[in-house]
Amino acid sequence: MKWFLLRRLGGAVFVLLALSVVVYAAFYVAPGDVAQIACGPRCSPAQVAQVSEQLHLGDPLYLQYAHFLQGLFAGHDYSTGTGVLHCQAPCLGLSYQSDQQVTELILAKLPATASLALGAFVLWMLLGVGTGLLSVWRRGRLTERVLTWITLAGMATPVFVIGLLLIIILVTALQILPFPDYVPLTEDPEQWAWNLLLPWISLALVSAAPYARMTRASMLETLAEDHVRTFRAYGVGERALVGRHALRGALAPVIALGALDIGSMFGGAVLTESLFGIPGVGRELVDAVKHVDLPVVVGLVLVTGFFVVLANAVADILQAMADRRVVLA
Amino acid sequence: MSLVEVSDLSISFGDVRAVDGLSFSLEAGGALGVVGESGSGKSASAYALLGLHRGTGAKVGGSIQVAGVDVTAADDAELRALRGAKAAMVFQDPLSSLDPYYAVGDQIAEVYRVHHRGSRRAARARAVEVLDRVGIPDAVRRSRSRPHEFSGGMRQRALIAMALACEPQLLIADEPTTALDVTVQAQILDLLHDLRRETGMGLLLVTHDVGVAAESVDEVLVMQSGRAVERGPVGEVLVAPREPYTRALLAAVPRVTEQRISSGAKPAGDGEVLVEADGVRQVFGRGKSAQAAVDGVSLTVRRGETLGIVGESGSGKTTLGRMLVGLLEPTSGRLTRDARVQMVFQDPVSSLNPRRSIGESVADPLRASGERDEAVIRTRVRDLLTRVGLAPESYDRYPHEFSGGQRQRVGIARALAAEPELIVCDEAVSALDVTTQAQVTALLAELQRELGLALVFIAHDLAVVRQVSDRVAVMRRGRIVEEGGVDEVYGNPRDPYTKQLLAAVPALDPALATVRRAARKELAAA
Repeated sequence: MKWFLLRRLGGAVFVLLALSVVVYAAFYVAPGDVAQIACGPRCSPAQVAQVSEQLHLGDPLYLQYAHFLQGLFAGHDYSTGTGVLHCQAPCLGLSYQSDQQVTELILAKLPATASLALGAFVLWMLLGVGTGLLSVWRRGRLTERVLTWITLAGMATPVFVIGLLLIIILVTALQILPFPDYVPLTEDPEQWAWNLLLPWISLALVSAAPYARMTRASMLETLAEDHVRTFRAYGVGERALVGRHALRGALAPVIALGALDIGSMFGGAVLTESLFGIPGVGRELVDAVKHVDLPVVVGLVLVTGFFVVLANAVADILQAMADRRVVLA
Repeated sequence: MSLVEVSDLSISFGDVRAVDGLSFSLEAGGALGVVGESGSGKSASAYALLGLHRGTGAKVGGSIQVAGVDVTAADDAELRALRGAKAAMVFQDPLSSLDPYYAVGDQIAEVYRVHHRGSRRAARARAVEVLDRVGIPDAVRRSRSRPHEFSGGMRQRALIAMALACEPQLLIADEPTTALDVTVQAQILDLLHDLRRETGMGLLLVTHDVGVAAESVDEVLVMQSGRAVERGPVGEVLVAPREPYTRALLAAVPRVTEQRISSGAKPAGDGEVLVEADGVRQVFGRGKSAQAAVDGVSLTVRRGETLGIVGESGSGKTTLGRMLVGLLEPTSGRLTRDARVQMVFQDPVSSLNPRRSIGESVADPLRASGERDEAVIRTRVRDLLTRVGLAPESYDRYPHEFSGGQRQRVGIARALAAEPELIVCDEAVSALDVTTQAQVTALLAELQRELGLALVFIAHDLAVVRQVSDRVAVMRRGRIVEEGGVDEVYGNPRDPYTKQLLAAVPALDPALATVRRAARKELAAA
């Protein structure tokens, strides 16, 4: 188990490093004149040259990347003309737009996104797995067909449609929920949850559908396995068969999918954030892409990558704890 | 009242009638073997005894009484009370039949607690007790292991322990030893024998292997296409069968004690050498986990002869075969190949591409050798199909339209397409029923005689190897422990492992089986 953990975490670190190389290359190297973009359209050639100097853009590529890595692990000092700005590790550079540190910028937006993602994740897992199990339980009957249609509809409906519908019904017509106005958890937990409820429900409704379908398919497959038949042949009741002998195996792919989704959701649920005015990472990303603010884009991609890799590693480790054979593979 | 009373049982899956008007009974403490080839409906009948077809869409008709429970009429709760407590079942594949996520002891304890009130601790103690009874060494500790940490034989013992947990009156064993090596099979059959004597429970043994039945039961029921063909005391049915089908079935069973079906005059040991291996090794894995699958094997194969290679699973016989063909390069040692070599694989289902017609599959080696003329290819493939006993029109048909034996013929035709001088058959008839097996081995012998082929016949089944081989090599743990003329090795084995293997082969004659069971015990004690 110890070796498995080390191997798994080592793999995660390697993936992140590889990701940083690819992202760095794709954004910094490929198109346009980076110095010109960083400086702004109204810069004189002299100013552009100065910026280029400051960003080490004249250096060979590997040195630039080394600088970038150095910033990540050891921090960086930037001259601001009048003094020195220290950017602490992990330093992702400075935003071209605001000259703010990218790390701080992202950290400021992350709590809102994390709140949205985690809450919605819990809801959609419950909803998706629950629906999937229910349709297995009632297979061949009307309930299953209705559930299949609902999940299909959920898959096919964009979040802004469902979100708008919910706003019209729950906020405008019935006035049960407030229109979301993000309140940080640290300020007022009750208001935090109350205001996020609507975004959570919207996001969960659209995200739950694939989970429901996957749970159903995977559960049916597991129920047909030999070891489930064994316990059925020994008088174990259906509920125990599902709960004890089938669920564990059936949930493995569901958890793996969940890890991917929750991880990438940390990179911002752009549509949901925009619709409900949540000041999260997703809106920051849209903004940065619009203004070709490369350090922010790179930073956000890396942060997203970090969470995807982290969530996957956690899922794998959970899987290994549930099924020891994974460790041997 | 009888322990089992089945009358006019019929089972249909959709339009397919798997069992049709089957009636039989089993007295308390008796042992009945249900014998038949694949598709005869024997397993479906066994499942019906526990009502396991319920909720699957299969239609079950007739009446089934098991240990006083009317299975067809019982409600779900009554059925659950029957399953495991009064009648318990042991399945074919012991690995997939146990839950991979839980310790073996916990799984047995769970079954015990379904049928008995009492503490977790008491159930756990019972689990250890039965594990100990079925011969799991250090049962307390091993009860905490998960199934994948057990060997195949231990898993089957664990499954039998689960069956014993609630002291059932009836044990239903569905092909309990089919997935096991022959020596392990003998141990499991001996265990079942002892348990039956000790507990007085009834045994219903479902098997395709007549020898397994001869070893274990008092009466046999021979099934064919869902119907009972013949039923009677095992000594009578297997020794002097009345029905033609039973006679044909028994005639097809290869016997380890009998001579080969001669494939004609053979140059004994003086044909030219086609393949020669000298101290070949094949190592898988690196560093600490490195394992030699084949560990220093030397052999020669000469033109026109058949070399049989027998061994249990993990003995390295398949790896050796792959090296002889050139699918694997030896890690070390010298291998010289002076002939065109082809291979026929075990599983005729998965070794043919389901999306291509069989003609296309057979044509592959021709195209690979550079033939471009479609007309030539077609004619040649049709000839080959005829040669292996298939209709030439089969060219455009797909693998799923053929039976297992026919698919294996296709595999042989594909091997012949490259005009080989040597064919390596890796468990080529293991997946087939005995009657089909006999036909395919006869075909191989005929081809060998007509084309002067050399064969390397790899199999775990000692009896089959004896039928076809001139010389035989016995493998164990990557090495050849004994090699020689087939009659010499089978008739007068020198190596203790060969002796053990031969002693483990089930005898077809129940009287002989008893003698050999005693001999095995002696061998084990020595």
